[in-house]
Amino acid sequence: MFSRAYKTAVTVPPLAWVAVFLLFPYALMFCYSFWSVTPAQTILHSWSLDNYKELFQKPVYWQTLLRSMWIAARVMLFSLLLGYPLAYFLSFYAGKRKDLLYQMVIIPLWVSYLVRAYAWKTILGSDGVLNTLLQYVHLTSHPLDFLLYSPFAVVLTLTHIYTPFTILPIYASLEHIPRNLVEASHDLGATLAQTFWKVIFPLSIPGVVAGATFAFVLSLGDFLAPLLLGGPSGIMISNIVVSLFGAAYNWPLGAAISLGMLVIVVSLLFMSERLEKKWSF
Amino acid sequence: MSATPAQKPTLLSIRNIAKQFGRNVVLRDVSLEIAEGEFLTILGESGSGKTTLLRIIAGFETATSGEVWMGAERLDQQPPFRRRVNTVFQNYALFPHLTVEQNVAYGLRVARRPDAEIEQRVAEALGKVKMTAHAKKKPSKISGGQQQRVALARALVNRPNLLLLDEPLSALDANLRRQMQVELKSLQREVGIAFVFVTHDQEEAMVMSDRIALLRSGELEQVATPREIYSRPETAYVAQFIGHTNLLRAEVRDGVARCGALSWRTSTTDGPTLFSLRPEHLRPSSVASNGTVRVKGKVLQQAFHGATSLVRVECADGLVLVMRTSSGALTAQEVELEFSPADAIPVRESPERS
Amino acid sequence: MILADSQQRPTAPRAIWLLLHASAVFAFLYLPIAVLILYSFNGQGVGGFPPHHLTLDWYRILFADAAIWDAVLYSLKLALAAIVIALGFGIPAALALDRANFPGKTVFRRLVLLPLILPGIITGLSLSMLFKLADVRLGLLTLVLGHGTALISVATTEVFAGLQKLDRAQEEASLDLGANYWQTFWRITVPNLKLPIIGAALLIFTLSMDEIAVSFFLIGRDNTLPLEIWGRLRRGITPEINAVSTIIFLFSLLTIVFWYRLRSQSAPDVGMELLDPPHENVNLSTNPNPAD
Repeated sequence: MFSRAYKTAVTVPPLAWVAVFLLFPYALMFCYSFWSVTPAQTILHSWSLDNYKELFQKPVYWQTLLRSMWIAARVMLFSLLLGYPLAYFLSFYAGKRKDLLYQMVIIPLWVSYLVRAYAWKTILGSDGVLNTLLQYVHLTSHPLDFLLYSPFAVVLTLTHIYTPFTILPIYASLEHIPRNLVEASHDLGATLAQTFWKVIFPLSIPGVVAGATFAFVLSLGDFLAPLLLGGPSGIMISNIVVSLFGAAYNWPLGAAISLGMLVIVVSLLFMSERLEKKWSF
Repeated sequence: MSATPAQKPTLLSIRNIAKQFGRNVVLRDVSLEIAEGEFLTILGESGSGKTTLLRIIAGFETATSGEVWMGAERLDQQPPFRRRVNTVFQNYALFPHLTVEQNVAYGLRVARRPDAEIEQRVAEALGKVKMTAHAKKKPSKISGGQQQRVALARALVNRPNLLLLDEPLSALDANLRRQMQVELKSLQREVGIAFVFVTHDQEEAMVMSDRIALLRSGELEQVATPREIYSRPETAYVAQFIGHTNLLRAEVRDGVARCGALSWRTSTTDGPTLFSLRPEHLRPSSVASNGTVRVKGKVLQQAFHGATSLVRVECADGLVLVMRTSSGALTAQEVELEFSPADAIPVRESPERS
Repeated sequence: MILADSQQRPTAPRAIWLLLHASAVFAFLYLPIAVLILYSFNGQGVGGFPPHHLTLDWYRILFADAAIWDAVLYSLKLALAAIVIALGFGIPAALALDRANFPGKTVFRRLVLLPLILPGIITGLSLSMLFKLADVRLGLLTLVLGHGTALISVATTEVFAGLQKLDRAQEEASLDLGANYWQTFWRITVPNLKLPIIGAALLIFTLSMDEIAVSFFLIGRDNTLPLEIWGRLRRGITPEINAVSTIIFLFSLLTIVFWYRLRSQSAPDVGMELLDPPHENVNLSTNPNPAD
């Protein structure tokens, strides 16, 4: 029904744009990762694996990467623990308020990410809301200084930010479960708990996988929360890239790290897609 | 034979059309001529390829091979918007964001006709389908039957050479449907445009059409007038698809057909032959008639259909015949049936096709 | 129905636990926003419990702050230009994914959607390398190209979902009635996709106004609003940031209200693919086209 000219007209411009502004830059970054930078801060276009060697030899890089993954894993876990029951409640128990409550999950997503991260800083700081509150009610006499500038603060903030992202796909997968399956399960004598574990949960796994992937991948690459709330012990891998780009002007090494992240993220997406397919019927 | 109304010139000529979706063959070698002003129905079960054939004529699908000609113009290479062919879609496809009036004006609007002409022709078209009162409404605010009329007006206002209708009545309930059948037919006579009507409903096809083209698994089984296709089916499939029939598997030798205990004279050539015998051509035998074929049997079942009843009768050798009777329920268990040999129509076998 | 069911069966404790959990999660989600708004009126600035001396001083300071308003204006320009680019290329991309077959289609689909989930710094860093190579001065142009490219994914996702729900017969009817492809696109396709397109524009606007990671690498001398705020935060906590955040929050709320008013006037099954309640089996960003 659509002519060749039509198809060409809608295909070529976006294809060209994506080639120039996405594909080519990624390829360029790939090249950069084999180049090096001179002390006079010019890029040396000679090819070597030195950047990658440095990544493996200097513990600061792979330790930061491991820490980032550990932070991301915790964010993922907490987001699921907070998100799944909420999504379940929305889908099965919220009744008429379902839509309203769903919107309440969405609204924080519209609110500036920077603003929300910053809000946690005002809460967790040593003169912050939480510490002054604790002292006000005489639970503590000194400010608790582990609250801010710690991996804890980063995990807390990122969990706050990415929990809605995990709720959405879980809720969607729960909504797609035909309700007569639940009735059939009860009819066949299964208790509520049995029905949940044998029918509802298995059918919601694609949503859980998608939500977990969002939480992990998005927090893995985060650089704002660690910089704002992480302190020296909460630095993540993106912060290293940013610092290499800025003061150090070591773009090639930054490119190598970015490429490593790219590989990790893309393989995670690939795995999650496989898992989702395996669990969708 | 009146396969094509002889006096009318050919409008559209479909030549050796075949269509494949991947490895799935939907149409094979379909050739069909449509005369000017004719009401032709493409009849077939779902999956027979009837809608695909219609979409090829409209230009929404490209045939794998074959040609479509309108007069001296080759149509199948043209995009839909260059064909003087309009379509009434199955679910009408009225534009939800436009009013009834704007929907009807659409074709004239994109053709950049002058405003005065558009206004006048739209009013005329809406009048013709009795929708003038609803001109300013959005399609979602009118009933299914009314949407149907708007879809018709929207297509006809462009004065196409040919109007295609893709199961346009299937969404309506039975009563409205019968009413629309009559209206559609009289509208077609009035505008004089050739209609190609696609349906799976054989009754609808019989009521409305000048000719019926029966499609089966992508091939034409028979193209003929409703009367002819009913009384002279060419294949067993046609005989079974249009109305009820009894299929008798007989052996013909020297002008005599034999099927179990039955035998009758026939002009068919020798060999195994399938005969179609309509239930209404069977009747309880009477002394008065002669030259009929008679057979005794046991009444298995009677189904009341209002004006008539269908009676299943099992003959001595296990053959089951269905008889239509209008004389109420049979009381006897044992009956003798008869039919005239001329009513047993030899038909071709319809081989299984994928 | 399930609720009615739960009243008959002994599910009350379960429902109550879930309700408590849900309330706690909502409290967690809204606590920072509430604190932010509250302390934007706190005379003593940020922190300190309980808040006292309610005042509008921080708003007064904010409105007198020319640097903030320059940044707001700059961000607005950037966001509007990003909408134009993202829609201008995202709509054709969605059409191509929906109705054309071409070599590398699967790769293309994944590539377009990648910036939605990839860490922003990767998009930012790689683009800054491109601009250095092409010798383009960093500034509004590079920011627009960066935001546009990153957010094509949003436009494509939304419009593609809209196309999946669009009755193909609508466009066929238009072609059948004599409209060519161009006329059909503007008269039928676009009006039918009005909601997904507006939804995408709102999302792109919001995301662009909030973007930091990509902007960080592509910014010239002028600051976008988030980077201006960011710069101030790094210097220390400044209460007028609470004020500007509160304003941003109110603005977001207005956007949401606008969106729901708009959506409620239309068919119930169309909406925003990424954020509206689900109605069909959809799979965010990873595989929007299960057919291939």
